[in-house]
Amino acid sequence: MIFEVFRQERRGQAFAHAGSIVAPDIEFAEAWAREQYGRRQESEALWIVPRDAVTEVHDFPDELNKTYHRVDGYSLKAKLKEARERAGTAAS
Amino acid sequence: MDARTEEFTEFVQGGGQVETGDWMPDDYRAKLVKFIEMHGNSELMGVLPEREWILRAPTLQRKLALTAKVQDEVGHAQLIYRVVEDLGKPRAQCLQDLVDGKAKFHNVFHYPTKTWGDVGVIAWLVDAAAIISQKALLKCSYAPYARIMKKICWEESFHILHGRDVILTLMNGTSEQRELVQEALNRWWGPLMTFHGNPIAAEDDPMVFWRIKSQANEEARQQFLDGYAPQIWELGLTVPDPKLRKTDDGVWEYTEPDWDELKRVVTGHGPKTAERLEFRRRFLEQEAWVRQVVLAEAA
Repeated sequence: MIFEVFRQERRGQAFAHAGSIVAPDIEFAEAWAREQYGRRQESEALWIVPRDAVTEVHDFPDELNKTYHRVDGYSLKAKLKEARERAGTAAS
Repeated sequence: MDARTEEFTEFVQGGGQVETGDWMPDDYRAKLVKFIEMHGNSELMGVLPEREWILRAPTLQRKLALTAKVQDEVGHAQLIYRVVEDLGKPRAQCLQDLVDGKAKFHNVFHYPTKTWGDVGVIAWLVDAAAIISQKALLKCSYAPYARIMKKICWEESFHILHGRDVILTLMNGTSEQRELVQEALNRWWGPLMTFHGNPIAAEDDPMVFWRIKSQANEEARQQFLDGYAPQIWELGLTVPDPKLRKTDDGVWEYTEPDWDELKRVVTGHGPKTAERLEFRRRFLEQEAWVRQVVLAEAA
């Protein structure tokens, strides 16, 4: 079985993928992951997950061009300029 | 070249990184397997010259440090073979090809370790040469390989310190100890100069074409000389190459290394090749029952 190993380097940080190991079961997987990723106390914690349990998702199409929930959907520069000019507060 | 391969080539040459599940041309996959498998083999075979010194290390501290280094290198082999497995070649097949003499491993691991001085030179200079290649692999177009390189480089940095500490201790010792280091350096200089491979131009190197490697062989060698020749000289050691010097434009000149010897050695005709492969083969057979038991219990 292939197990994916995620490690957290310091408390509070996100777990990041570290690599994978082949092991017959979770007990062996834990023992080997400890050797590979923890023997120098370089990890705060590990997640060991059977590869089969991971659902991978790709491709995030945006057919409707839904820019309203992204920062690039709001180009305020030109509008702000116009508003300042109208209010008479534009830098000269 | 078909349109898909062309697009892929442009992607990797432009710095793009490929994941295991992505489509890739067969040639790219084959080159990756060849390159990464050789790296894995080198980590695994590289511990044998050092293993011979675990029982003869001069102090308990040195013995523990050397044992830890051996564990690190075998751990690297495991990580690297995993990457090869995900590309389609099982680890068992890699090991079989290795012991059958069908696969290559790095030139420096085909030579004997005559004295404790050799152990110091290996850990300091061979690991220094290796870390130059491995740091360049952090930018490899195949992302899973680039990712494990971070851990590998991190651990190699301990090895260089360990090696340098061994060398400095010997150099601060008796004149016999200094001689031991000089003799070891004389033995290892040739293999170190061929370590990064023949000076094939980057544009002719298929590994550079696919950006598996991002550094030309000669570039790596120049970087090694730049970093380590001064460190060798400052200890009062002599580099066994009277032509070695840095020119005014910053390029290192040296006596042409023995490329024929490199070719002979990596094709399985080094002084220790047969003996070390035999050692691996014996242990592979001897420990087959462990794999059988563990895998049978899991099934």
